[in-house]
Amino acid sequence: MELTDKNIKNKTILDEAANGDYKYGFVTDIDTHVIPKGLNEDVIRYISQVKGEPEWLLDFRLKAYRHWLTLEVPHWAHLNIPEIDFQDISYYAAPKKKEGPKSMDEVDPELRKTFDKLGISLEEQMRLSGIAVDAVMDSVSVKTTYKERLAELGVIFCSISEAVRDYPDLVKKYLGSVVPYTDNFYAALNSAVFSDGSFVYIPKGVRCPMELSTYFRINAADTGQFERTLIVADDDSYVSYLEGCTAPMRDNNQLHAAIVEIIVEERASVKYSTVQNWYPGDKNGKGGIYNFVTKRGLCRGDFSKLSWTQVETGSAITWKYPSCVLAGDNSVGEFYSVALTNNYQQADTGTKMIHLGKNTRSTIVSKGISAGYSQNSYRGLVRVAPKAINSRNYTQCDSLLLSSTSGAHTFPYIDIKNDSSVVEHEATTSKINEEQIFYCNQRGISTEDAIGLIVNGYAKEVVAKLPMEFAVEAQKLLQVSLEGSIG
Amino acid sequence: MSSIQQYIDLYESCSSAVDAGSTAVMNLPRRDALERLRGAKLPSRGDENYEISDLEDVFAPDYGLNINRISAANVDIDEPFRCDVPNMSTSLFYFFNDTYYDDNIVRPALSAGVIVKSLREAGETHREILEKYYAKIAPMDDAQVALNTLLAQDGLFVYVPAGVVVERPIQVVNLLRAESPLMVNRRMLIIIEAGAQARLLVCDHTQSPGVKFLNSQVLEVYVGENSVFDYYDLEESSIDTSRVSSMWLRQAAGSNVLVNGMTLTNGFTRNNYRIDINGEHAETRLLGMAIADGRQHVDNHTHISHNAGYCHSDELFKYVLEDEARGSFTGKILVAQGAQKTQAYQSNRNICAESARMHTKPQLEIYTDDVKCSHGATVGQLDPDALFYMQARGISCQEARTLLMQAFMSDIIDGIRLEALKDRLRHLVEKRFAGTLAQCRNCLGTSCHGKMKSIEKRKN
Repeated sequence: MELTDKNIKNKTILDEAANGDYKYGFVTDIDTHVIPKGLNEDVIRYISQVKGEPEWLLDFRLKAYRHWLTLEVPHWAHLNIPEIDFQDISYYAAPKKKEGPKSMDEVDPELRKTFDKLGISLEEQMRLSGIAVDAVMDSVSVKTTYKERLAELGVIFCSISEAVRDYPDLVKKYLGSVVPYTDNFYAALNSAVFSDGSFVYIPKGVRCPMELSTYFRINAADTGQFERTLIVADDDSYVSYLEGCTAPMRDNNQLHAAIVEIIVEERASVKYSTVQNWYPGDKNGKGGIYNFVTKRGLCRGDFSKLSWTQVETGSAITWKYPSCVLAGDNSVGEFYSVALTNNYQQADTGTKMIHLGKNTRSTIVSKGISAGYSQNSYRGLVRVAPKAINSRNYTQCDSLLLSSTSGAHTFPYIDIKNDSSVVEHEATTSKINEEQIFYCNQRGISTEDAIGLIVNGYAKEVVAKLPMEFAVEAQKLLQVSLEGSIG
Repeated sequence: MSSIQQYIDLYESCSSAVDAGSTAVMNLPRRDALERLRGAKLPSRGDENYEISDLEDVFAPDYGLNINRISAANVDIDEPFRCDVPNMSTSLFYFFNDTYYDDNIVRPALSAGVIVKSLREAGETHREILEKYYAKIAPMDDAQVALNTLLAQDGLFVYVPAGVVVERPIQVVNLLRAESPLMVNRRMLIIIEAGAQARLLVCDHTQSPGVKFLNSQVLEVYVGENSVFDYYDLEESSIDTSRVSSMWLRQAAGSNVLVNGMTLTNGFTRNNYRIDINGEHAETRLLGMAIADGRQHVDNHTHISHNAGYCHSDELFKYVLEDEARGSFTGKILVAQGAQKTQAYQSNRNICAESARMHTKPQLEIYTDDVKCSHGATVGQLDPDALFYMQARGISCQEARTLLMQAFMSDIIDGIRLEALKDRLRHLVEKRFAGTLAQCRNCLGTSCHGKMKSIEKRKN
């Protein structure tokens, strides 16, 4: 190839794109307390002891662990998961703390720098955007901001360990009520070893005045992160919850098996948004996070509403089905998802909408984008129980293919057990439109930028559902994740 | 214990009788089938693609088998004429249970070189063809296929040589008749050579109401380059009939295939359609229809594999379910890597009334980028506005419902490429919705007009 100016320029852009695509790959040098690898009852007792947990929680963990021992790794997903040695993982890693920080000044400067790099400066957010942040690094919740303001309204937003200490009745009542430890292999594992996460309780009639946000980050090597989020929205309340995830670049695979449980009472509404950008592995598929997450919400009250929005661009393997159990009459479930896979990433993601109450409604919009050698699957279930009369579901799942070596798959399960419900499912799969790229090229937009534009346009329906700060990040992520994928 | 064991025991105790009632080519793979079946299980509920159907249950009862090939007695030759399609002259062939029946049947000569006969007989006369094609594409790791291979003693053999166009549709009438519960293992081997054209209409009937039947059949179909093959499968059996049918079809470049499976009355039905498109520029149209009420159970599973580029497949399945009926559709389109410019469409539309249940799973698996694929599924009811509109104009509710349901099924019937059969099916579907299909049978069976015409045709 002749090295003209243009070529050189293109080459640098491509190099930059190819090498600089994962901008969150840094390791924070913080004193971390990691326990030896392996999993047995002693490890669970140790975790429980370190965290000063009550007896009932230890029992819960041990029951989950004993159940987990009877389970086998699930293989039904359209994923090629290398065998995971569950004894080769350290199940607890926490930044060493002398004393809990009393104010922002006391937070470890290294830690704060990490969050600055992530673009979630705690002070900034406290002052300007008014987002309350609970940052979970490795396994322990580091600092929950904006607590005072929320406390005035009676909103509880703290780490799950604090909640166990301060509000044991609430935690005991709801923990495992939506995702029991018997649910699946990874849920059992999480129930046995979960180390931290967030707890949210919105009292009756309260509209949470700010977006609540958690940032997860796996920092230590060879550790698994098993966080647990529990959100309870009491009658007539509203909350919007954001979750962001990143991990540093590492050669070996790290396991992330989380549980999110949401309980929505009468006329309450919960909006849960995720931007998942765990380290996806390098261009040859080496390293990256295994993201095996169980997320489920129970719309228990009449007229309740739960809305999931997710933008999934990271992780080497994603196995995740945020679901809604629509038990209350007239309850509403929503699922909006963009899943982008590049290089050797694999994603098997979708949702379950279980209609149990009368006049329940659900909407599913899923957009898959596959590039490189990646495999991207949508797997969804819509089940309408005999008593869920007049229920309604609309599903749309589209796939966009950017390379001939990638795969896009759709596995919708539809199970209807009454005669007054209407269920629609639509799906299309197509290649990126060459005419649109040509049109952009003609107007001086490079192919790479054109693809970014088209993909963002394609995903707009979902991204528009995200809160503003996340929407901007999601758009950038989609563009960044695709760089270097044109071929 | 798996319900397969009783069949293994049965075979082991009378393997020589099974072999004696069949032909060498069919006896050859039995050993292999037996080995595969040891320790195997039939798919049951909970297995992928078997969400509502439990084959272990279906195969569990103790059925009799006609291993010694006792020929059918008291065959009512008039009975088949209810399958007569007015205005269409076909070459008729009969099977009583799993035995090819050819007594006293006079039919017009087939085109030159075309062979339609019993597999058992073809094993003697056309051994080299059978050796090349028999039990080659239906894989033995499928327990139902292995079980069929182990026990099937006879079946249908259709061979259309290269370049031959069979003008007259071939019609096969399968009749189930017995005094006590009977298991039928039927096999079909169909070979359409390059540039040939043929149409096959298969009708399933149960003549002994109240007797339990298990009909297990396996079809292997080879469609050569640039050939055209139409396959119509019409099931009108009884509520006590269970049917498990697997079709394995392989298409070469430039071929055009239409498969249409229609279930009007049945007990338990599981149809598997596995189509491999192995050459470029081939076209496939797969249609299916099910009308079920009472406790009928209809389960269709389709798998179309696009292994070559520039092909087109179009799939449409429609169900009307009432009462306690159970319906399932699981479909998959797989586009292999390199199968560029593929167009594949899949659609499943269902009307579900009363306490009927529908389970549907339309899947896409795509490993290449330059494709146009879509799938869709709906489950709903008849449009109340349309019903009201018609009632406001003096059409009774029942009639309005029948009209709407007929209109709903018209897509499937319109896909039929035989005018006379189209009219006939419209009529049958209308009768089926009006609940008078059984009466229609009798009237056709006894009406002088129908009978005379059929006899005339037989003599021609």
